[in-house]
Amino acid sequence: MFEISRRRAARQYFWGASLSLSLSAAAAALALVAGLLGSVAQAAAISLLNVSYDPTRELYEDYNKAFATYWKAKSGDDVTVNQSHGGSGKQARSVIDGLPADVVTLALAYDVDALASQGALIPANWQSRLPSNSTPYTSAIVFLVRKGNPKKIRDWSDLVRPGLEVITSNPKTSGGARWNYLAAWAWALKQPGGTDATAEAFVKKLYKNVPVLDSGARGSTVTFVERGIGDVLLAWESEAFLAVKELGHAKLDIVAPSLSILAEPPVAVVDKVVDKRGTRKVAEAYLKYLYSKEGQEIAAKHFYRPRDLEVAAKYANQFPTLPLVTIDAVFGGWSKAQATHFSDGGTFDRIYSQ
Amino acid sequence: MSYNFQTSYSTASRKRPRRLYLGRIILIAVTLAFLAAFLLLPLLAVFTQALAKGVGAYLAAISDPLAWSAIKLTLWVAAIAVPLNLVFGVAAAWAIAKFDFRGKSTLITLIDLPFAVSPVIAGLIYILIFGAHGWFGPFLQAHDIRIVFAVPGIVLATIFVTFPFVARELIPVMQAQGKDDEETALSLGANGWQTFWRVTFPNIRWGLLYGVLLCNARAMGEFGAVSVVSGHIRGLTNTVPLHVEILYNEYNYTAAFAVASLLALLALLTLAGKSILEWREPELYHAARRQQAIQRTRRS
Repeated sequence: MFEISRRRAARQYFWGASLSLSLSAAAAALALVAGLLGSVAQAAAISLLNVSYDPTRELYEDYNKAFATYWKAKSGDDVTVNQSHGGSGKQARSVIDGLPADVVTLALAYDVDALASQGALIPANWQSRLPSNSTPYTSAIVFLVRKGNPKKIRDWSDLVRPGLEVITSNPKTSGGARWNYLAAWAWALKQPGGTDATAEAFVKKLYKNVPVLDSGARGSTVTFVERGIGDVLLAWESEAFLAVKELGHAKLDIVAPSLSILAEPPVAVVDKVVDKRGTRKVAEAYLKYLYSKEGQEIAAKHFYRPRDLEVAAKYANQFPTLPLVTIDAVFGGWSKAQATHFSDGGTFDRIYSQ
Repeated sequence: MSYNFQTSYSTASRKRPRRLYLGRIILIAVTLAFLAAFLLLPLLAVFTQALAKGVGAYLAAISDPLAWSAIKLTLWVAAIAVPLNLVFGVAAAWAIAKFDFRGKSTLITLIDLPFAVSPVIAGLIYILIFGAHGWFGPFLQAHDIRIVFAVPGIVLATIFVTFPFVARELIPVMQAQGKDDEETALSLGANGWQTFWRVTFPNIRWGLLYGVLLCNARAMGEFGAVSVVSGHIRGLTNTVPLHVEILYNEYNYTAAFAVASLLALLALLTLAGKSILEWREPELYHAARRQQAIQRTRRS
């Protein structure tokens, strides 16, 4: 009797096992077929990959649609632009490690320089290939504060008050954070009796008031706006306007300091990738279209300062007037600023580790 | 085992009823409060946030093409990683529990490695190996093969972090069962394959199913390692957890929590599956025990 039941049990186990095995095999096969079909469907149209920094998500979502329409009318081809966003330094690192970006639209020139110096993906003179230092739009660094400015934050000098919490991201990984840091430095330098030593002391005091360093600008915005941490956010002008627009005027105010820095987020075609993929023509057109009236309008609508004078005049009212210094004038360009301030063992390491 | 524990417990409670009764209430209350605060509340928050703008917004968020491509990618990755780890896990557990060989303890340590290593490191390992400047980078680029920042990299990273689940679940079960049954089968003329399917497998199948459930839950939920190798290309290399982060960072809170609720639902289903197994297992456990006893009396 036991013999029979055991044999039956064994048979049941066997069929159960076979059934589950064949089911999982079928599932795997289905997934494989679906994947193959998917890749075939993708290959039929031209696709570009734009690797960008954190706060440009909304800008490029709009711009990619406009460019697809423009390119369809011009060449008859369908083009899909895929987006990847993250901290600017981190994104550059990914492209160097092999992320196949046709174009990069990063937060600052140094990160694009890295593609030339560390990856040999683009020539060293990339910045002269497009007008205005390869920067189709610019921005500035402003303050975002709680509604009604309860802590009375008006200028950089207010940020070092004891007990105030300043939110900014990590300059090691975030482009916006590097602009924040340099803007603070430039302001301190322009004060009466300002030297590199007084500027360093000021920036050091400022970072003493920073409770948390996120890795990207958008992370910092979420920390400040959604999690409600901190009294003031140092932000890209575009990011500040977007936060106010998305989350209502009832919660936040923008404060323009007495001096800020002209933030130039550059764009570049990644030669090694486009030549391999055969997408050079459309990638170049993609970046050139940013300089067109339509491209400039879209940038302005997303609170980036347009380069085109006509479009800039049209949207002049929307931006606060504030004196802007350039990185070339105050810091002698990005390579120098990066080496002095943000390289390992540079000024930022010195002031933040102490 | 659990049966024995309960018997001894009930004898003890008969001796000192009052104190144990109070202690029991306090213990249960503390446990429940802790569970509610740290597990139930966040879970509830996910679902309330997800449905904050109504069922329509919830469905719209889930049926968004980008959300769909993330869901499809996640399912695909799990469909590859879980069966592979099932085979590896069973093979490893079988070798460890049923055979003696040199370096066995080293093998057990190696299986645990993915639990010990931070997922970020797990991701970076693959960048160092397959990245453009990694060991195989130039070769892969020359042959136009994409591993990192593409689906293969995501699959590899997922296999790495989910590797221990099946093996870890099976080793104790297999060790507890010993080798007697297998040796009997072999001495009666069964070959290795028959022995595995008819003797070993029936004994481990519940443990195996549980291991697979856990493995699958982690494969679909993994964030850190996948985030490093994904490249974050929207609609192409974003898995569900990465997509949730993106939506959250775009001020799209309802959509973020709607997609997150899918992962939470998966966790709940996994737990339900586990409870069903535990509910059925004692029966099977005792059945197996009875059979062993019968076999032993027969043999003697």
